[in-house]
Amino acid sequence: MVDIIDVLLTHGPALIIAVPLFGAFLTPLISRLNDKARNIFVIAVMGLTEFIVLLLAYDIFTTNGVHTYTFGSKQPLLTLPSGYLVPVRIIFEIDGLSIFMGIIAVTLALVASIYSWSFMRKEDGLDKYYTLLLLLTTGMLGMVSTGDMFNFFVFLEITSIASAALVAFRVNKGESQEAAFKYIVLSSIGALFVLFAVAILYGQYDALNIATLANRIRYTFLDKVALVLLVASLGMKAGIVPMHMWLPDAYGEAPASVTIAIVAATQASLYALIRMCFTLYGGITSVATIGWILIILAMASIFIGVTMALLQSDFKRMIAYAAVAEIGYMVLGIGVGLALLFSRTPYSVKAIQGGIFHIINDALDVGLLFLVAGAVFYATKERLLDRLGGLARNMRYSTIFFIIGALAVAGMPPMNGFASKLLIYESTYQVSPILAVVAILASILLLAVMVKIFHSAFMGPPLVKAADVPKTMLIAMAILAALIIFFGLFPNIVVENMVKPAADALINQATYISQVLGGV
Amino acid sequence: MSEMSKIVRTISNSLFPFIMIYGLYVIMHGHLTPGGGFQGGAVVASGCALMLVAYSSEWVFKKVKESNLSVLESIGAIGFISLAFLGIGVTFFYNFLVGSNLLFGEIPPAGPNTGNLNTAGLLPLMNLSVGLKVIAGLFAIVAVMAFVASRGMRKK
Amino acid sequence: MIYNIPFIAVVLLILVGLATVIFKKNLIKIVIGITIIESGVNLFLITLGYRENSVAPIYTFAPSTKMVLPVPQALALTSIVIGVAVMALMLSIGVRIYRSYKTLDVRKMRRLRE
Repeated sequence: MVDIIDVLLTHGPALIIAVPLFGAFLTPLISRLNDKARNIFVIAVMGLTEFIVLLLAYDIFTTNGVHTYTFGSKQPLLTLPSGYLVPVRIIFEIDGLSIFMGIIAVTLALVASIYSWSFMRKEDGLDKYYTLLLLLTTGMLGMVSTGDMFNFFVFLEITSIASAALVAFRVNKGESQEAAFKYIVLSSIGALFVLFAVAILYGQYDALNIATLANRIRYTFLDKVALVLLVASLGMKAGIVPMHMWLPDAYGEAPASVTIAIVAATQASLYALIRMCFTLYGGITSVATIGWILIILAMASIFIGVTMALLQSDFKRMIAYAAVAEIGYMVLGIGVGLALLFSRTPYSVKAIQGGIFHIINDALDVGLLFLVAGAVFYATKERLLDRLGGLARNMRYSTIFFIIGALAVAGMPPMNGFASKLLIYESTYQVSPILAVVAILASILLLAVMVKIFHSAFMGPPLVKAADVPKTMLIAMAILAALIIFFGLFPNIVVENMVKPAADALINQATYISQVLGGV
Repeated sequence: MSEMSKIVRTISNSLFPFIMIYGLYVIMHGHLTPGGGFQGGAVVASGCALMLVAYSSEWVFKKVKESNLSVLESIGAIGFISLAFLGIGVTFFYNFLVGSNLLFGEIPPAGPNTGNLNTAGLLPLMNLSVGLKVIAGLFAIVAVMAFVASRGMRKK
Repeated sequence: MIYNIPFIAVVLLILVGLATVIFKKNLIKIVIGITIIESGVNLFLITLGYRENSVAPIYTFAPSTKMVLPVPQALALTSIVIGVAVMALMLSIGVRIYRSYKTLDVRKMRRLRE
């Protein structure tokens, strides 16, 4: 028995992309048999991937190590073949932060596939839907595990093509096609600029591996050009203002189970931005400038996200703008950490921990809110808040889940949003008190937005007929709600075991480089 | 789109086998000369697009149903991933056919040489799988777009 | 000086492609603009591998052993394949938009406001 666990741990980095990819290629053949067989097959493949990811996470978090995997060599750990001084094959390198994002990605994809069992049952062309969902999981897991710049570009394109095709899934409505077109045009131009930056770095240093590049990099003018292109393109994919224009359209027009998968894809792009800033350009002392630019963009995101959310009249677009504000909080934590990284204050580590903890909190909170919005749409076929009313009488469970999600997004104490936002407020106060005050005020405005939705949709006289939603959708929402309450009541366990190894792995650039270049 | 005149159809019938043979040559010799899976597959798909233009797209689309193309595409994809999985004893994507006495197992001499088709292990098999997938995929894209366009023009 | 001409061509292609995406009003022209940007980036990748007085990196009947770098050629090939897939997806979405909005003018596709 121990042997199988050993094999799974050694070949784990390859299996987490091979298993969903194999499942994605088998799905069109299996869906010719039966609908139910296809659904069970997809959920089984996602469950197996989640099991392997959790096994890898347990090993990495308890030993604080880095797992590498070299594709096509004689042993999985042989990064430098005999006599070579540079790594020559594609190398996957999974450290604490990578597996943290991997847990978020595969959990949200598993919840999306459970939710789609009854949410998408009446739609047509479902075999392509499940194939695209599995391909999206492969792309996200590949994006967070890879240690190679061009391989990262390939997985970035896989993710954006799969998510654009999923946004355009409901082909009869014109609005979803328009949203998908905006998304794919912006995504494609952004990814081409990432490729341009990768080509600049390859031309200068003759290496594509992130660890080798981090070892060889000197801060010349061309490197600055590459850094600007990378930050702008990855910021556009992560939804930072002023490049966020695609985000409310894509999140609002996609089916609800697809939106929760695209939330994970957006956060994987944010991971890539963090990885480029901390590991690739980490040895240079002028990263404080990048930190300040990220802080300014984050404050703009928080402000614009919250104020635009107050103006909407569509349920899902309001939550989409709240998601933009939450991305602002994450980038604020990371930016403060980057600005204080070399000045040796203890608050820099706290800021990075707050930003990373907020990534998983935001994924759970905003994901739960989108699933509740999908449940409301499934029951009433309405999306405008003017026409909804009095849903709390018949949809009791959905109302409870909405209250949990709304309190968590606004940062109220028994929920997980409070713990991560407290870390961000404390460390931002050290940099400048005005920023912390604006962030706290934005949280209160988010609570106002949530109260507006709750009052107009769930309270009041019943304007539409509604019945409660099928059981599989409730199970999916209950999984997220249980995780939110658990993280909120015991944040110490999560910070000690999951967030601390991730933040330490991010700051220790030397460990990352020596795992690849240091030997077998 | 209606079908073209008899001259066009006859010449397309004669040209299509040559295009297909050339495309398969490019796929199979991917490890010796420029080419490989995607390039050869694109050549064969261009030949299929020639047949699509010469005969009417509705007739071709009804003869080659979309479900058949989907099955072909899946077979190509599953072949690729299975070949990658077969080396999982050592590493994923390990080239276990090089140096052994099985299908493509010889090792060529170093430096410039005359090409030997029997080399390079797993690569020609993966080229074939990718070529099959690209043929089915590109032909499906072109055929569905032509079919939708002809149906739209017919409605007007 | 003559070895800088491909790099100047790269910058010109990317600028022309960006100008097409920003300023043109027809949906198909925006797709063509993205294809032009992709051609420029692929040209940049291949030009990085050039070495003087070298031949193509193929050992079958090779005239000499001084060869250009083969790695950027593999990167450019992957990028071309990704470009084909993205263009097919954009054109399919364009067909669906035409069926629903009855026009290809992007100034008229404003159903998703604010």
